[in-house]
Amino acid sequence: MGRVTGIMSFLAALLALAVSCKKSSTDDPEPKPSDNTPTPLQWTKPSYFPDPVYDLSKNPLTVEGVELGKFLFYDGILSRTDNIGCGTCHQQQAAFTHHGHDLSHGVDDKIGTRNAPSVQNMAWNTSFFWDGGVHDLDMVPPVPIQNKVEMDERVSNVIEKLKKTPVAGAAKQVDYPKMFKAAFGSDSITADRMMQALSQFMMTMVSATSRYDYFVRGDASALTAQEKDGLSIFKQKCASCHAGELFTDQKFRNNGLTPNRINDQGRYAITLNADDRLKFKVPSLRNAGLTAPYMHDGRFTTLEQVLDHYANDKPGSKDSIYVSPTLDPLLNAAGQKRGISLTSAEKQSIIAFLRTLNDDDFIKDKRFSDPGVGTAF
Amino acid sequence: MMKRTFSWLSAWALASGLLMVSCSFPDEKDDTDPIETGTIQLQFDNIVGNQDLQLDSTRYVNAAGEDFTVSKLNYYISNIKLTRIDGRVFTVPQDSSYFLIREANSGSQKLTIRNVLTGDYTGIEFMVGIDSLRSVMDPSQPGRKGILDKDTGPTNEEAMYWDWNPGYIFLKLEGASDSATTANGKYYYHIGGFGGRTEKTLNNLKTIKLNFPGQKAIVTTSIVSNVLIQADILKIFNGPTQWSIKKSSGVMFSDSSKIIADNYAGMFNVKEIKIN
Repeated sequence: MGRVTGIMSFLAALLALAVSCKKSSTDDPEPKPSDNTPTPLQWTKPSYFPDPVYDLSKNPLTVEGVELGKFLFYDGILSRTDNIGCGTCHQQQAAFTHHGHDLSHGVDDKIGTRNAPSVQNMAWNTSFFWDGGVHDLDMVPPVPIQNKVEMDERVSNVIEKLKKTPVAGAAKQVDYPKMFKAAFGSDSITADRMMQALSQFMMTMVSATSRYDYFVRGDASALTAQEKDGLSIFKQKCASCHAGELFTDQKFRNNGLTPNRINDQGRYAITLNADDRLKFKVPSLRNAGLTAPYMHDGRFTTLEQVLDHYANDKPGSKDSIYVSPTLDPLLNAAGQKRGISLTSAEKQSIIAFLRTLNDDDFIKDKRFSDPGVGTAF
Repeated sequence: MMKRTFSWLSAWALASGLLMVSCSFPDEKDDTDPIETGTIQLQFDNIVGNQDLQLDSTRYVNAAGEDFTVSKLNYYISNIKLTRIDGRVFTVPQDSSYFLIREANSGSQKLTIRNVLTGDYTGIEFMVGIDSLRSVMDPSQPGRKGILDKDTGPTNEEAMYWDWNPGYIFLKLEGASDSATTANGKYYYHIGGFGGRTEKTLNNLKTIKLNFPGQKAIVTTSIVSNVLIQADILKIFNGPTQWSIKKSSGVMFSDSSKIIADNYAGMFNVKEIKIN
């Protein structure tokens, strides 16, 4: 037995030698240090941002991994109908939201229950979706993929479809086995790798080059007087929730919206804790000027409507702040009218400031653009 | 927030750890004696009252007088323990102790447990669902593969995992009923909830303890006992709290799922043991 094993391993060693000799003797037209090693990609955070939440050590970025993630992000192959990709509802020109759609629009023209949130600065999210049900970026993609009214596909079937690429006669030839091999060193296509590649791509989607960012980095002329004024009012009246450089405290709050027709209870659906009724995640305001409509169900189409809701100052109309036990105390201060007191000039200044968070470089950056496999409607 | 996360996780970890320690089989006293092991089979048979369960074709009636068919019945069995006649408990190794019973797949209903210490066994304990420790384990870990792989295989194909609020659906019962209030006349019961990752929430984990009636399951190096466990799904409706399809035709992650979980916790019984 031992002798047989010995001979076998000797033969195996010989074989390995033969293979490696053969390999080194073949001519490689493109001399590379190593064929199967993906190229590491350095990820750096903007200096004034907090440390990322996502653990890059478990999924280090590579050029090939990010590229694969980009193809997966845009490719409709992730949906049952093969025509809805992530990029369908997360469109770059709208800071990766669904331009013109209050509720998400999925397969067979089905309509979801919530507004597609922006895919940006995901590295810093402590939770995902309006109800924060998911805590790990790697676990985000299956939610829309397997949602019956979004992409209505099974991840297991996506994997099978990816394995069968390139598909003869397809308009866009994508060879996923080759891309997985480039990204991970072998052509094995697994769900873990698929999610890792998508996370790698989403990790690169950092928005930090708005005019506001130039201002923060020391260019005082990047903002006008009105915008600076707006910034200071914002800090007084909005930043307790839309806090920090990501403009969210990542908490769940009830901002006094009247419950919608389906009586969406938000965070409560995750925790079943009565204290969480009607609470939704405080969204980042980066690129807010590009991500209309607003709120978890897209009920407001303009920033003016949003501020009117908070100001609760519509003459003659009833209270715009819906009172319930979980209403955020910041909107319900004792001895004053519910909401946030804002003059009309203050509202205009805040909106002017919010528009300085629009990041034109981010929405035009070719690194994040559809490589030609996407569909949009 | 973070502190709360840790305290919850550690509480679960501690509880599960204690459980495992206290239940693991004590070392044989005499280690010159070779430890002998054998195989035991657990056969799950889903029934409706005194009838065999037939998917789609047969209409049944529950205690509320509502007719219903069953189009899908899946549930997880995990954390299996066997009690020997001397009172010692044999815990099936954790990684070999997760199963997804599917009525539409007869192979899935026969669980073969290998490497069971020989002896005469008098009872069994198992969990319906997936324990909290395994539920919060990173999905890329080996312990979350196989039948627990949320992205491939039966768990994915049968949609036994909630992506939006990560956790396994412990039991899924679907079918049609004239009493259903849905647009398509179907009812949907997806029961899960392992207790919560970052804060305490729904816990529908059920541990079932059954004694073997009048008979022992003998495990030797050559004798394989087959324990026939019946699951009477009529008890899901006619359990401690009577359930009405008309009152609620769709139950998923909600407080009312506790009633269904309490009901199905009582649906199992050991019918017989065959010695082969």
